[in-house]
Amino acid sequence: MTSPNPPAKRSFASRFDGEKILLALAAPVLAVLLSVAICSLLLAVSGKDPFDAFDVMIRYGTASDGQVLTLNRATVYYIAGCAAAFGFRMNLFNIGVEGQYRLGVLFAAYVGSQVDLPSFIQIPLLLVTAMLVGGLWASVAGVLKVYRGVSEVISTIMLNAIATAVVGLLLLPGRFAPAKSANANVIQTAPVSESSHFFSIETAGGTLWGFIFVAILIGVLFQFTLTRTRFGFDLRATGRSETAAKASGVNVKRMVLTSMAVSGAIAGLIGIPELLQSSFYFGQSIQLNLGFIGISVALLGRNSPIGIAFSALLFAFLDVSGTQLPLQGDYPQEIVVVMQGTIVICVVVAYELVRRYGLKRQQQKVGAELAAQAAAAANKEVAA
Amino acid sequence: MSTATTARPKTPGAPTKKPKITWPVVLLLIAGALVLVSAVGAATDNHGLTASGQITAALGAAVPIAMAGLGGLWSERAGVVNIGLEGMMVAGTFCGAWGGFLVSPWFGLLAGMAGGALGGLLHALVTVTFGVDHIVSGVGINLLIPGICAYVNRIYYRDYVADGAGANQSPPADALPSITVPGLSDWLKDIENHHWFLVSDVAGIVGGVVTNLSVVILIAAALIVASYFLLWRTVFGLRLRSCGENPTAAETLGVNVYKYKYFAVIASGAFAGLAGAYLSLVAAHFYKDGQTQGRGFIGLAAMIFGNWMPGGLAIGAGLFGFTDSLQLRDADNVHVLLLVIALAMGLLAMWHGYRRKYTAAVISLVVGGGLGLWFALTDSVERPLIVATPYVITLVVLALASQRLRPPKADGQIYRKGEGK
Amino acid sequence: MANHDIDITVRRGTVHALMGENGAGKSTLMKILYGMQKPDEGTIAVNGKQVQLNTPADAIALGIGMVHQHFMLADNLTVWENIVLGGEKLHGMGAKARAKIQEISDQYGLGVRPEALVEDLGVADRQRVEILKVLYRGATILILDEPTAVLVPQEVDALFDNLRELKAEGVTVIFISHKLHEVLAVADAISVIRRGTTVGDADPKTVTARQLAELMVGAELPSPESRESTVTQDEMLRVDGLRIAKTDAEGIERVVLDDISLRIRRGEVLGIAGVEGNGQAELVEAIMGMLPLDAGTVTLGGKDVTNELTRARREAGVGYIPEDRHRHGLLLEAPLWENRILGHVTETPNSKGVLLDPAGARKDTQRIVEEFDVRTPGIEVTAASLSGGNQQKLIIGREMSHNPKLLVAAHPTRGVDVGAQAQIWEHIRRAQREGLAVLLISADLDELIGLSDTIRVIYRGRLVADADPATVTAEDLGTAMTGAARGHIESEPEAVAEERAASAEGTDAASDHTADDDTQAGE
Repeated sequence: MTSPNPPAKRSFASRFDGEKILLALAAPVLAVLLSVAICSLLLAVSGKDPFDAFDVMIRYGTASDGQVLTLNRATVYYIAGCAAAFGFRMNLFNIGVEGQYRLGVLFAAYVGSQVDLPSFIQIPLLLVTAMLVGGLWASVAGVLKVYRGVSEVISTIMLNAIATAVVGLLLLPGRFAPAKSANANVIQTAPVSESSHFFSIETAGGTLWGFIFVAILIGVLFQFTLTRTRFGFDLRATGRSETAAKASGVNVKRMVLTSMAVSGAIAGLIGIPELLQSSFYFGQSIQLNLGFIGISVALLGRNSPIGIAFSALLFAFLDVSGTQLPLQGDYPQEIVVVMQGTIVICVVVAYELVRRYGLKRQQQKVGAELAAQAAAAANKEVAA
Repeated sequence: MSTATTARPKTPGAPTKKPKITWPVVLLLIAGALVLVSAVGAATDNHGLTASGQITAALGAAVPIAMAGLGGLWSERAGVVNIGLEGMMVAGTFCGAWGGFLVSPWFGLLAGMAGGALGGLLHALVTVTFGVDHIVSGVGINLLIPGICAYVNRIYYRDYVADGAGANQSPPADALPSITVPGLSDWLKDIENHHWFLVSDVAGIVGGVVTNLSVVILIAAALIVASYFLLWRTVFGLRLRSCGENPTAAETLGVNVYKYKYFAVIASGAFAGLAGAYLSLVAAHFYKDGQTQGRGFIGLAAMIFGNWMPGGLAIGAGLFGFTDSLQLRDADNVHVLLLVIALAMGLLAMWHGYRRKYTAAVISLVVGGGLGLWFALTDSVERPLIVATPYVITLVVLALASQRLRPPKADGQIYRKGEGK
Repeated sequence: MANHDIDITVRRGTVHALMGENGAGKSTLMKILYGMQKPDEGTIAVNGKQVQLNTPADAIALGIGMVHQHFMLADNLTVWENIVLGGEKLHGMGAKARAKIQEISDQYGLGVRPEALVEDLGVADRQRVEILKVLYRGATILILDEPTAVLVPQEVDALFDNLRELKAEGVTVIFISHKLHEVLAVADAISVIRRGTTVGDADPKTVTARQLAELMVGAELPSPESRESTVTQDEMLRVDGLRIAKTDAEGIERVVLDDISLRIRRGEVLGIAGVEGNGQAELVEAIMGMLPLDAGTVTLGGKDVTNELTRARREAGVGYIPEDRHRHGLLLEAPLWENRILGHVTETPNSKGVLLDPAGARKDTQRIVEEFDVRTPGIEVTAASLSGGNQQKLIIGREMSHNPKLLVAAHPTRGVDVGAQAQIWEHIRRAQREGLAVLLISADLDELIGLSDTIRVIYRGRLVADADPATVTAEDLGTAMTGAARGHIESEPEAVAEERAASAEGTDAASDHTADDDTQAGE
């Protein structure tokens, strides 16, 4: 019997299936457009000119100082997105990125303020501290899931709140904060040592954080792990079908423990760029909600390291350019959060619809192609 | 011939069953706890735990937790996990304050519920109609709704600065009435001040209930009872719960699963909205950004603690409300509470020992001893520890008693009509 | 086409059995009768009146009730809540409804406790609740879809007593089954379906099991031919004293597997015959390292692997063709070449060290697609878009590509078209000649007899009988599977010869086929 299949060659076209790409891009683009439309409506209803507002944002986003700030912010969001996405790739909902991030940066700030080693030891030490703390905190949820069957969604929500309390407990004068501080009203750790400062690049638009290279490295490692390593294959297999993964020999329990810990370790790094490049201490001014923004960024970027890069840039651009709105035209900055929220809601719906449509479409296509092949074979037989 | 079945001995109420927690047991436990608290109060001469003011504060703190939890209960009983409760609560705080400022606080309560219900509608649309993962939708809602509320607040109250509006704060609304039973309240207060063993403690608790009681607390209590009857005693409730247990079975019996899921999630939003409106109309008299402070999540915790049942939820909310209110009150009270828990753990250890569960007994004894030492060696308990208590309790309950917990079987699963096996 | 030219007449107050092998179209017919699916043409008449069945509600209104193979019960609701659900208008929700339930239960001797939680009930009790649910709605025609698939024999007897009781009260029962002996025991009339159409009626008083079997199986079914033995003396797999027990909802320890000992040599196919749900699935999972054992050892090629994880066993040369390929064999939404990696991620050509080798995997997938005749437009399409037979060929190609020493094959040709079936058999045979040891679980007795060198019969978690495929008939094997025969079974030589001759003509076949893909899900 001869095979009806084409020869074993992957053409350029099969790698870059136009329709597949179109489908993949359609969802986020539509979501962003829909969200812009909704926000325009909201602005218009409140008596503001939406085009002018977007103009303010775009002008700032295209100016060099805006771009540098956007990149700095995107660095943070990218790490947060990767932290959430790592769990999502195997259907683990690490809602606890928030808590892991706060504890990670708190411990790093404390260690950085107590230890003063040469930079090439000091900085890795702080990174490892943050990752270790974040990873351990996340592992509590992993252990509870594997050994007690507790849903990681609930346990990480609880752990977020407990992390807040732990931060409150540790960040007291005499503990992680210096016993005597200059300002009695502000409780914060002592600044990290000079040697902890991460390198940065001076540009025309301001200081670009060198940590962006660490973020890129995380992304590259993430992508590499996912697509090029056995571990990554097991991770994706578990995410797609836990039963099939188990039958294939994946040790699902160990995978849950590992990915929870890795997700938490990445989460531990979220606060590091701010700590080592800008504020140099941990205090009550720490940005809240980064964990949840990370989850949103991951959802928008469809949990792929490349997608997350785009969504982190988009979210960072919205946040950074949003700060200009009240300054240049009296628009409330909060419109940006509305836009981010609508993008997330629209995009998750769009992805789901596209996923279902894509599956059906491919089934039809395969059926049609096989029928065509069969018909061609029959013709040949007749001819011969 | 069928008498020879070996695999199926039919003894009604098989002896292997786990003992279930029944209401008499619960009441007995509460009575025991009361005696214990009284004894400790008498011994340490600190009666703060059962002071009427403490009880009033605890009840007040319990309301938003209970209502958020009730919202979670409705939604999860129909099989939809709702971690968007927090966002729906924010909608409630905003709409409540808005209605309260513009019309009246009573209208505010309704407006808050309506606002929350809109959030619920969105969650239902995304999860039920479009089949998106429930957690994902909830995260999105928690991001979106606070953003909208903050935005609208800024735009809308711009011209009301004279009325007390701030950049992130709405102008104040009028207060809702609260109830003090005349005579009884004073009489109980009198007894309470005598510090008689047990009698004064009971008087303090009853006094707390009859003094300065917001009407919303009564409404909330009524809603919990009503929810129980609606969900467990009516056709509507049976059908709604069947959607959370086995939607495919419900579908084959002619139940419109989508309809009940929609209804449950919208109701869930309305309860969360009421919880929010309570915060912005009773606990405070205005809306403020970030007012909910994660109470939606504590509500979820209370629901889990209460095993997805209204009665259990009420106890959970009461417990968590009590700890929530402790942080605002005298730190000594919390310190005394340590001793109470230490003694309770000691009693638990004796019970375990009596039932010959020696490992459990030893663990209880060690925990109790640790707490006792903590009490002896310190003078106060730090605030963050009190804040974290509800979450720690929930985690411990989940970790130790998860086989006793009974979430709805199809909870969190995506249901598509006609695709069941 | 799932059904065509179906003609069935069921008389009131009888138990009418509807027989047919897997995929014959029984389930489609039932869905049509229950209003879950609409027929393209033809008519249905109830009590002589022509009717339209658009939804299950229409069927219920006409007194037709269905007891599904997979129980449709909500575990955390009580028995009476489950019964009343959807039919609240009939007798309300209070004491009246409960009294009615008790009344029906007593009338038919069902022994149902209305206040019990369904999760505390065993399988047989759940089935009685399902029957009561239907009767509560006033059903006079009861459709039972494979009701015995999940029951132990005593429970089957009890069910049959219930059915006789129902019949005596004037209820009509349509009983779907493929188990000859059960049908002969309980039915008043029999209709046989094959390839979507009715092929004949039979009177259970006069028909023999053999005649029924002939009616059920068509001439098209190819039979694996017997051939020379390739069995060697090298022991590949040895299982000793394996035991697995589970505690069920009623607190009774149900022994799933007990004292299982078997060995397979290189070049040998060991067939396991048995009615589904007698421990086959657990045996497979135990050998694959997916289930913890309560006792016993598993030795592979002389090495004790009892405590090894699944992956280590697969690396040691165990190939696995799972029973449910969608749940255990494939990543449906992943492309074919990723599915080729599944289960063998640590082996070449899929990986080098800890790194994946996508190029190698792709190239090898292409080879599998060609060698195993997987009909697909390419290797980038998702597994979900292939037909069942092509999915199975992909799995077999994958498992055969790593030179397995032992192949654990559970129903390797289930749901596969006839052409693919012959190809799959040929692949297994070829590997066997090269020294592969095979553990074959199948419900297709022809497949078992044709492929196996030795057959063991599993019954209620124990290996109770063995047979030489050369000297046993499908009919006798079927008898042994019901627990009626123990030890070594051997058929009359004439019967064997007759069956082989018939099989060579391609007219005869198996006597016992078992339930659809997902029988275990019924719990």
